[in-house]
Amino acid sequence: MRVALFVTCVADTMFPDTGRAVVTVLERLGHTVEFPQEQTCCGQLHFNTGYRPDAVPLVARFARTFAEYDAVVTPSASCTGMIRDNHPLLAERYGRPDLRRTVAELVPRVHEFTEFLTDVLGVTDVGARFPHRVTYHPTCHSLRGLRLGDRPLRLLRAVQDIDLVDLPAADSCCGFGGTFAVKNAETSGAMLADKAAGVLETGAEVLCAADNSCLMHIGGGLSRRGSTVRTVHLAEILATTEGTLR
Amino acid sequence: MSDPHPRNPADRGVVWLGSPAFPDAARSALKDTQLRANLKRATGTIRDKRLTVAAELDDWEELRTAAAAIKTRTSRHLDRYLLQLERSVTAAGGTVHWAADAAEANRIVTALVRATGEREVVKVKSMATQEIGLNEHLAEAGIAAYETDLAELIVQLGDDRPSHILVPAIHRNRTEIRDLFVARMGDWGRPAPDGLRDDPHELAEAARRHLREKFLNAKVAVSGANFAVADTGTVVVVESEGNGRMCLTLPQTLITVMGIEKVVPTWSDLEVFLQLLPRSSTGERMNPYTSTWTGTTDGDGPSEFHLVLLDNGRTDTLADTVGRQALACIRCSACLNVCPVFERTGGHAYGSVYPGPIGAVLTPQLVGVGQAASLPFASTLCGACYDACPVKIDIPELLLHLRAEAVEAERAAKRLPTAEAVAMKAAAAVLDSPRLLSAAQQAGSLGGRALARGGRIRRLPGPLHGWSDTRDTPAPPAESFRTWWRKNKEGDR
Repeated sequence: MRVALFVTCVADTMFPDTGRAVVTVLERLGHTVEFPQEQTCCGQLHFNTGYRPDAVPLVARFARTFAEYDAVVTPSASCTGMIRDNHPLLAERYGRPDLRRTVAELVPRVHEFTEFLTDVLGVTDVGARFPHRVTYHPTCHSLRGLRLGDRPLRLLRAVQDIDLVDLPAADSCCGFGGTFAVKNAETSGAMLADKAAGVLETGAEVLCAADNSCLMHIGGGLSRRGSTVRTVHLAEILATTEGTLR
Repeated sequence: MSDPHPRNPADRGVVWLGSPAFPDAARSALKDTQLRANLKRATGTIRDKRLTVAAELDDWEELRTAAAAIKTRTSRHLDRYLLQLERSVTAAGGTVHWAADAAEANRIVTALVRATGEREVVKVKSMATQEIGLNEHLAEAGIAAYETDLAELIVQLGDDRPSHILVPAIHRNRTEIRDLFVARMGDWGRPAPDGLRDDPHELAEAARRHLREKFLNAKVAVSGANFAVADTGTVVVVESEGNGRMCLTLPQTLITVMGIEKVVPTWSDLEVFLQLLPRSSTGERMNPYTSTWTGTTDGDGPSEFHLVLLDNGRTDTLADTVGRQALACIRCSACLNVCPVFERTGGHAYGSVYPGPIGAVLTPQLVGVGQAASLPFASTLCGACYDACPVKIDIPELLLHLRAEAVEAERAAKRLPTAEAVAMKAAAAVLDSPRLLSAAQQAGSLGGRALARGGRIRRLPGPLHGWSDTRDTPAPPAESFRTWWRKNKEGDR
């Protein structure tokens, strides 16, 4: 199986440790991971802000870059959702027949990281050890978009020595919403305040999730409140065997 | 789709003219800590009740699917069902009127009330008459319209606007309501009793006595409709208080204003919605009062019945194959109650009689996206509304669809591209080139690290300041993932 990593533009630019963690976990499980250098972004920013035609070249680039792989793994529920739901829509509306075909064939082979581990590889224990108090925020795209259910929690529960605690009002949105956090910054901030309070209530040292963008938002709010809670993509917890983060 | 008979959106009502764009209106609402506390408590309570009663039905998901299918099928043949409804209502002794927009509906209702010689009407809670601004129109014609739903009464006494579809006074707590009753009830009829306290039982009793006078004197009632059954001509109103039933049965003349999308083909279709609606809206297994009437019946209820079928942008909405699913809405307001944005801002920020997630997709379609361009962006796309919707309206899909329309409408209206459009084009160019992206990452890393103190950036420039007012941004890493890969992994391959 040829496995490619689609690291996402957010992780590539801001959170390279997430990409390294995905590679570490998959290699530990005996897979070789490739990183096609022509990859960039799924086009979600443009699509969600209403600039659909601007997203089309990114859809074409994604299809071109990953067409030859058996599996594409990405550490983002929201980018997976964009690819799964909206690449076919954009290809259908704006693309030529060959793009439509490529996208239709490729999309079923694109997997969010925890889906890939649990559904495709059939593992929940990836050999990690992390002796810390951790809480998990199910991002909206994990919970209601991809319906990841308890896949991330099954993976986290299998981590040795982890103290996994429930996040209060976990299913509430953190208020990020991409450009929503800029266009409606105050409303977003009010949602963030409640989410940050929930995280602090758990007493966790680490907050994890399956989307770096939401984590950057919650982490930004926690940091502004002077909190020392770390926000990391759950792949980084699954990658560690020494019990410490990078 | 172009309308062969374009009408002025100002003739449609729906939006409150002069309302600020959503982000500005929301900013003011967020500062009202009392409002936020009222909303948090109220939406939290209804949310939990809805989840409990929905979980009681094994076939909840099948009911949702059936409801969506019935609405889709009916909307595909809407012309046929509406003509069938007209025939059935007429055969049962009612009169059907067709109104293309709010202005026409208001003219029809005003003329019907004038023909009775009455100067007062009692009203059943109705979104359609809110949408067309009927009360204001009747007032201009010298006719007083008395709201008889308790929450609508609170809104009317306060010269206020509704902030929720089902609970229009959700933004008020009981102390505010007591003060309003004491100050204003006397202006409209029987005053509040002396020494009224903010106890719910006492407040309800004061409203009961105030309204009882209206019911017993009224000769004309105006209602909306939750459903109308095409094959029998039966109109249905679903309510909790019984005040609607009073209006529907005591007066001599009943005038019902109904959106054309409310028609269902048969009673067996109605059955599906009567299971979904109360559980989704008030979190009850069954609503206390379900009134159904078919034309007129000698010696029983109103002797004259008029049904005004209101288009007001619905045919335009139907022409949009993606947007039309918003017409399936049964006004349960489950989407408002689960919405994290509505919970913080309340309904007034939406500037429309239809607030919340459904309002954000319905309002721009009814009045034109240019008249409500900020609404499709008033959401994080969290999807809670879609999960809660009893008729499975994919509100996030509609929001995205309308965002694209809003951007396109703005582009078409302006000669120069907006700053946002220019930024999006630039971002698209960078993101479509790994080389440019890599260069941007290096520049961003240097710039970002220069701005950062202790690994955090506290203030961002330009339009991003709203973000950085309440959030730190991590300093970018020294090297991007792609750079790290090139240095460390490329050789392995």
